[in-house]
Amino acid sequence: MNRLSWFNTVSLTLGFAFLYIPMVILIVYSFNESKLVTVWAGFSTKWYGELLGNDAFLSAAWVTLKVAVLSSTFATVLGTMGAYVLVRGGRFMGRTLFSGMIYAPLVMPEVITGLSLLLLFIGIGIERGVMTIVLAHTTFSMCYVSVVVSSRLVTFDRSLEEAALDLGCSPAEAFRLVTLPIIAPAVISGWLLAFTLSLDDLVIASFTSGPSATTLPIKIFSAVRLGVSPEINALSTIMIGIVTVGVISASLISKQALVRQKRDEQAAARAQ
Amino acid sequence: MRRFLLIAIPYAWLTVLFLVPFAIVFKISLSDYAVSIPPYVPQFDWAEGIMAFVRELDFENFIFLTEDDLYWKAYLSSLKIAISATFLTLCVGYPIAYGMARAPEEWRPTLMMLIILPFWTSFLIRVYAWMGILSNEGYLNQILLWTGIINEPLTILNTNTAVYIGIVYTYLPFMILPIYSALDRLDGSLIEAAEDLGCSRAQAFWLVTIPLSRPGIIAGCFLVFIPTLGEFVIPSLLGGSGTLMIGKVLWEEFFSNRDWPVASAVAVILLLILVIPIVLFQRNQQKQAEADQ
Repeated sequence: MNRLSWFNTVSLTLGFAFLYIPMVILIVYSFNESKLVTVWAGFSTKWYGELLGNDAFLSAAWVTLKVAVLSSTFATVLGTMGAYVLVRGGRFMGRTLFSGMIYAPLVMPEVITGLSLLLLFIGIGIERGVMTIVLAHTTFSMCYVSVVVSSRLVTFDRSLEEAALDLGCSPAEAFRLVTLPIIAPAVISGWLLAFTLSLDDLVIASFTSGPSATTLPIKIFSAVRLGVSPEINALSTIMIGIVTVGVISASLISKQALVRQKRDEQAAARAQ
Repeated sequence: MRRFLLIAIPYAWLTVLFLVPFAIVFKISLSDYAVSIPPYVPQFDWAEGIMAFVRELDFENFIFLTEDDLYWKAYLSSLKIAISATFLTLCVGYPIAYGMARAPEEWRPTLMMLIILPFWTSFLIRVYAWMGILSNEGYLNQILLWTGIINEPLTILNTNTAVYIGIVYTYLPFMILPIYSALDRLDGSLIEAAEDLGCSRAQAFWLVTIPLSRPGIIAGCFLVFIPTLGEFVIPSLLGGSGTLMIGKVLWEEFFSNRDWPVASAVAVILLLILVIPIVLFQRNQQKQAEADQ
């Protein structure tokens, strides 16, 4: 099947053009001199300068970063535990309910998740702010982490863990010394996924944030409702740049790790 | 003890922050609206007991939803938009997935990367990018006017057309990836066999490739349809006042009208509608997993 017909070439070209042209336009026009975003008036970086002087955006960016780091870290710990319970937990009371609660948030409309969490926070009288957004984000991202980590745990050779236990490790040591290094790539990609989900979230954050905490997506959304603005273009360009660099380097690192792991496994097989 | 903690911590977390909130939404959907903070009269009071709850139980918010035609129109139009947008995404996504599966082996990781990369970039920014393209003075109209294809700028932004474009654009990776993985596993000799037995290439495609990639098509369609149904960002940025989608209605009911009981009832019904595709999707995935074994 390795020949590209003209039809394949055309559909790939058009498809990738469709995916990337809007972002390229956004990036190009963020360097536009004019206040009118759709009219090109020469190259300038002045919108980046204005962005750096805009305290509202900077403080929103800070809140967003704080929320993302905290929630993705909590979500990674809880999600890895959840994955372990799903794959290795054996039978326990309410297992079906547990797996349901892991998978349901993945398909839940954000408006419903947001509304329900807000009603909970009001019901128990927690003041809304950074903390409530962290709680909300941790809850839905831990489910994504669980799915990513459990798919790695399923393919993982259990005899390695058993060997460590036979050789005198405690279960905690076996997890730390054997299991964790092997599932580490999945745990790291789970963390990255949770981090970007949190950075990106508008709807759930709008419901669960209070007047004291505005995240970047909330700020962008309220600015964008009034129309296209060059400052938002500049901000978008920065965010696209960070994500692109992050994703590409993460995939290179995990590829290297995979190659190294394969080599180690082959060496181990030869040694036997 | 350690095993107990391992199970109990995530279990308790999800119960408190996922299950209990739903019970609260359900409860509030049965209460009455009140001008106060919080703006509802609790329907259920432990002091009065279960009997009082049953005696006073009414579904007036749900009855209200059926009486005011705004709501059922919004549900219907969300369904219509979600179904058509899913179909459009399939039409756009299938040829791309097919092209990827036929591309030389060494290109495929890069092509995969290029499909996944937009998924990591902010959803909000990707929707926003289209506002500049589709507006009356936008780039698309500029090009069309300049090439002389049209004489008057087209009104696309703030119509349903823009909503469709936005959905296809943002959910395209969800459609492409499952179809690609189905096509990637497809045994090429089957197509050769069909061609040897006298099928034309088009016939082989319709009779062999499409049926064998069906699990991927089904999975992709559900992955697009389910989140689209409750979508909020796309209709509120790209859609107009005439774009009725239930996610937007719920948001406005909550933030603008501050009618929490009705917003909760809207959420409960949306959830009930979603149960059907979610169960079907689960079943499709299970069948697929069994077939793989």
